[in-house]
Amino acid sequence: MRKSLVLLACLVAVMALTSVGFAAPERLANKQVASYNVGTEPETLDPAMSTGIPEAVVELSCFEGLTRLDDKNVPRPAIAESWTISKDGLVYTFKLRKSNWSNGTPVTANDFEWSWKRALDPKTAAEYATQLWYVKNGRAYNEGKIKDAAQVGVKAIDAYTLKVTLENPCTYFLQLCAFPTLMPVNRKVVEANPTGWFLKPETYIGNGPFKIVKWEHNSKIDLVPNLHFWNVGKVKVTNLTYYLIDDIKTVLSMFETGQLDSFEAPPAAEIARLTKEGVLDIKNYIGTYYYMFNTTKAPANDVRVRKALTMAIDRQKLIDFVVRGEQKPALAYVPFGLADATPTPDFRTVGGNLYKEDLAEAKKLLADAGYPDGKGFPTLTILFNTSDNHKKIAEAIQEMWKKNLGINVQLTNQEWKVYLDTRDTLNYQVARAGWIGDYLDPMTFMDMWTTTNGNNDTGWSNNKYDELIYGAMKEGDSAKRATMLHEAESILMAELPIMPIYFYTNVVVQKPYLKGVRFSPLGFVDFAAAYVLEHK
Amino acid sequence: MASYVLRRFISVMLVLLIVVTATFVMMHAIPGGPFTREKALPPEIMKNIEEKYKLSDPLWRQYLDYMGNLLHGDFGPSFKYAGRTVNDIIADGWPVTARLGACAILFSLFVGVPSGVISALNQNRWPDNFVMAFAVIGVSVPSFVMATLLMYVFAVKLRWLPAAMWGTPKHVILPMLALSGFPTAFFARLMRSSTLDVLSQDYIRTARAKGLSWFAVVMRHVVKNAIMPVVTYLGPMVAGILTGSFVVESIFAIPGLGRFYVTSIYNRDYTTILGMTIFYSVLLVFLNFLVDIAYGWIDPRIKLVDAKE
Repeated sequence: MRKSLVLLACLVAVMALTSVGFAAPERLANKQVASYNVGTEPETLDPAMSTGIPEAVVELSCFEGLTRLDDKNVPRPAIAESWTISKDGLVYTFKLRKSNWSNGTPVTANDFEWSWKRALDPKTAAEYATQLWYVKNGRAYNEGKIKDAAQVGVKAIDAYTLKVTLENPCTYFLQLCAFPTLMPVNRKVVEANPTGWFLKPETYIGNGPFKIVKWEHNSKIDLVPNLHFWNVGKVKVTNLTYYLIDDIKTVLSMFETGQLDSFEAPPAAEIARLTKEGVLDIKNYIGTYYYMFNTTKAPANDVRVRKALTMAIDRQKLIDFVVRGEQKPALAYVPFGLADATPTPDFRTVGGNLYKEDLAEAKKLLADAGYPDGKGFPTLTILFNTSDNHKKIAEAIQEMWKKNLGINVQLTNQEWKVYLDTRDTLNYQVARAGWIGDYLDPMTFMDMWTTTNGNNDTGWSNNKYDELIYGAMKEGDSAKRATMLHEAESILMAELPIMPIYFYTNVVVQKPYLKGVRFSPLGFVDFAAAYVLEHK
Repeated sequence: MASYVLRRFISVMLVLLIVVTATFVMMHAIPGGPFTREKALPPEIMKNIEEKYKLSDPLWRQYLDYMGNLLHGDFGPSFKYAGRTVNDIIADGWPVTARLGACAILFSLFVGVPSGVISALNQNRWPDNFVMAFAVIGVSVPSFVMATLLMYVFAVKLRWLPAAMWGTPKHVILPMLALSGFPTAFFARLMRSSTLDVLSQDYIRTARAKGLSWFAVVMRHVVKNAIMPVVTYLGPMVAGILTGSFVVESIFAIPGLGRFYVTSIYNRDYTTILGMTIFYSVLLVFLNFLVDIAYGWIDPRIKLVDAKE
């Protein structure tokens, strides 16, 4: 018996060694050169002022917040070495590490205090100042109700201790600390040129893994490692280029000719080929594609009609034949990948599906609403902003509603801002929409359907829903909070002012030799830990 | 001549004033503003932004402020690209667009004009058929199709030239060819028909009768007289290429001005829309003026005078 055990052990050891021998060795390339297409010219590179993903990608390279999200999107110590949170969840005390700006001067707690108050200052007019409204008096100061910045709940206790007092407990505050709006900026350079300090590499002083050496507007941004970065030893890429190209076919050609290493959202028609070539990867993305109903006008003012329309489409078919990209059918509103009371199982898994696709039930509901087999149903118009993808989806849904419910549907497309205005003024019947989360918590999807929220372009209002959302905003107990959010989502999905269609994915095309790039489900891309393997 | 220029200048100023005012009114009439976002901004934040950019002022004041700045040559700040002025954007993008446009126009003149002449001199023979076949393709294939085709063949398949971007002479070739397809073909056809017309004139027979060689006749008399229609179209054609290079710039990821012009309208970037409109209007007027001058130079019978004179 013992002999056979020894033999078995030997066999296992030999197999293990052989398999190691067969695995292709991963060697770092001599030239650590990488490129990625961020998609468009950044509107600004001032972290306090930016709102878009392209801007955030560059800022994540050039700046470091108190925390940085790891591969699993967990906030890890960055400029903050450690922190303590008071029992009531309101006071965060951050201990900062000794680190420097890219010009060699030290980054201190005062830099954070000054930068956050600057972002909240009404004169700065930062669009994403709301990311700091969680801080005590942050909103009041931003709205001009408090003039004294000293009342804002952020204070440098000493050079390396930052005390932050929140308005209400916020379970995802450490995540927000990795968000561009909360990144520190260098007071000296900003004050010297408040509106243009970020335009020139020489004054774009950051504290992140890279620094910009050249910005050719509408073309590309070249970066090299920031030698003063506290963790520069881990930065492997020596030349990083962010292309600013918006034509996706051009981007694909550049990828195929070797001018580019990584980009996202290839044309749907190319997905199958790129998958075959082994350069395509589907990443998680926190977003929902949905249709909105104008609940103030017939016929969508009747919940039975909204339900019938929602139940009468085949989402999987739509994904497989029109959208592609392995999106998930949305049978509820909040997408997968957001924490519930505990990170696993996530909010969606706990909440499950909140309705089902059921043609018989849909027909019955439509008949109950007074439209048996669609008879007498007014012609419905789907509004979308001009785009091939939105058009194809609308055509497919038009076909499904016609075939399954017997109703006539027209399509109308409008230029982006006209479409936003039409939605805002409730001058539509059904409109396409999409929502990508701003932070990793279900609240980023839920609070927008409260009665007074500017994003609620459906005319729908529910007191109970509002109560639950405002209650959850103040709730410190994560289990109670999650229950409230689930209840709110159930109300939303019972009344269906919106019709979820699919949960987004992020389709990434990348050369196999480029590794370590972090794709956040919020759409951010982080090259801090990227490296290039040897290749032809 | 001086009086002509002065009168022309005054009329241009009037035209520009009308263009600016009409553009100002129209762009404010379109739904959506520079800060209309899918993720609606809270009203308090919108208020901060509108105050910063003076968008909360009444329209007439915004108009007067704009005109006041315009007198100093200041097109104002871009609403889309923070910290950049419209003057900066023009200064960055214009040299690129101008270089690409100049290459395309020169190419179409150097290829289109001789092709048209050769075609006419060989009417209904194979060189004529050959040139006209190409001209039909050039006129009928849109520049974005040409651009995609050229990129696929010469960059993706043959790997002779870069697929996109800007910077070296190699980067100019494909966009230049895509952009010059239509004008080259157009000039060739125009030149062919006007050459045929000139060839049937009496003075050509006279020149030949005087004993001039055929080559000399063509160079001295035929081309010089036949080129007038090309010159007439040159102004609008140059303006068309410079203002219409957006698609080609976009396909080849060229950081020119055309892209800014179109995207500024999508973005409701008011100052950029106005600045670009003024810039292109001035350009168009200037090019037309140059064409008028060129008429007189080529054909001395045409004089630049006012109706009164």
